[in-house]
Amino acid sequence: MGIHSCLGTSLDEVRDSLYKGKSGIGLDPIRTEMGFRSALTGIVERPVLKGLLKRRERVGLAEEGEYAYMATVEALENAKMDMDFLMKNEVGILYGNDSSARAVTESTDIIREKKDTSLIGSGYIFQSMNSTITMNLSTIFKLRGINMTVSAACASGSHALGLGYMYIKNGLQDAIICGGGQEVNHHSMGSFDGLSAFSINMEDPTKAVRPFDRDRDGLVPGGGGATVILEDYESAVKRGAPILAELVSYGFSSNGDHISNPNVEGPSRSLERALKQAGLQAKDIDYVNAHATSTPVGDTNEARAIDAILGANKPYVSSTKSMTGHEMWMAGASEIVYSMLMMQNNFIAPNINFENPDEASAKLNIASKTIETNIDIFLSNSFGFGGTNSSLIVKKL
Amino acid sequence: MTKGEVIEKINEFLVDEFEVDPDSISAEGDLKETLDLDSLDYVDLVVVIESNFGFKVKGEDFIEIKTFQNFYDYVEAKVAEKVTS
Repeated sequence: MGIHSCLGTSLDEVRDSLYKGKSGIGLDPIRTEMGFRSALTGIVERPVLKGLLKRRERVGLAEEGEYAYMATVEALENAKMDMDFLMKNEVGILYGNDSSARAVTESTDIIREKKDTSLIGSGYIFQSMNSTITMNLSTIFKLRGINMTVSAACASGSHALGLGYMYIKNGLQDAIICGGGQEVNHHSMGSFDGLSAFSINMEDPTKAVRPFDRDRDGLVPGGGGATVILEDYESAVKRGAPILAELVSYGFSSNGDHISNPNVEGPSRSLERALKQAGLQAKDIDYVNAHATSTPVGDTNEARAIDAILGANKPYVSSTKSMTGHEMWMAGASEIVYSMLMMQNNFIAPNINFENPDEASAKLNIASKTIETNIDIFLSNSFGFGGTNSSLIVKKL
Repeated sequence: MTKGEVIEKINEFLVDEFEVDPDSISAEGDLKETLDLDSLDYVDLVVVIESNFGFKVKGEDFIEIKTFQNFYDYVEAKVAEKVTS
């Protein structure tokens, strides 16, 4: 695994932030200047890649690609996969990403100003496409297996892992670099801000994201890069790789309903499918990393779905978005990394700012403080616009 | 702009853009080889010339430019042309 987010730029740093319940949310003054309703955002350190990558490898890499690169370097190192291994074996890449707005905006601005496309330069085309992360990382790491971007709104990262699981389960690939990346800039968030979906609680940014809390007033966008390397069990054992856990199922569904309003039935089917596929029962789930973004309707509907499917044994539930904001295209992958860090270190990260439940969240066992406990099996939900749902279950080995 | 100033400016942006050792550049050296240019890099070369000297290079003009000296002469002539016009 590897991570580059507003909670830190290494697994160790992020583990500590999660344990302490540290918020990574702040203000971006340019958003106020640009007429945004909310200036709140996850504050993510931009990596310096000069010296790490050659010029040609850098010019086509968009912001989200930089985060994904850093996360993937860390993940490959932890998985004991070096360049020699990558060049001798067929390793794939499936990464979630659903925009590259900064590159699109900047290159369009050049065309508007110069009226001449030959003055855009060579990098923007490779930065502008949704598949920017996979096209760049597959080139940098000389990957020769499946090579594809998964665009499924805020469930992109989760579906990327789910599809990676399917490829491996079906014997089509031995190892796949999976993950999710998300740009953090005003270009990508203006039209979302225009929906009035973001929190405007700007007095104390660390209090703005309050999933499941009665007084929540919207989500806060964030981002970065998260990588999880999936590998066939026999392949991992054969090469002596450190095996962290087993991805045991991939539940999915589509709401068949409204483009932005979530419902209860769609996520419930995704949850049920994940449980059934893994041959597990509700009581087997120790922890649910909720999708809960801190929107009034979304959190309520997810709380109802979790209560309906998993309610009988009341597993611990928390939304790490309370600290990270909504990492969107990356969230489904980063939340697997966050939950894995909890599983490895025997704690449940708090759903910070959960002070007063509403009617739906009162029925859940929400961890408002850090809880020291063993996790054998966790479930992570991700939902996106268009009603796309993904639920992944991970088991300790 | 004198000939020396043109050369100095070109070397400066080539070192900066293509991240080469300044000592690797010599008047008779091969431009493509020294800067390790591929077809995409020529696209960026057009951009840096435009931003530094205010004129646009046509792709076909690069066919005749083999050495750094060819490049200096080409830019110098274009700059002079621009001043005259």
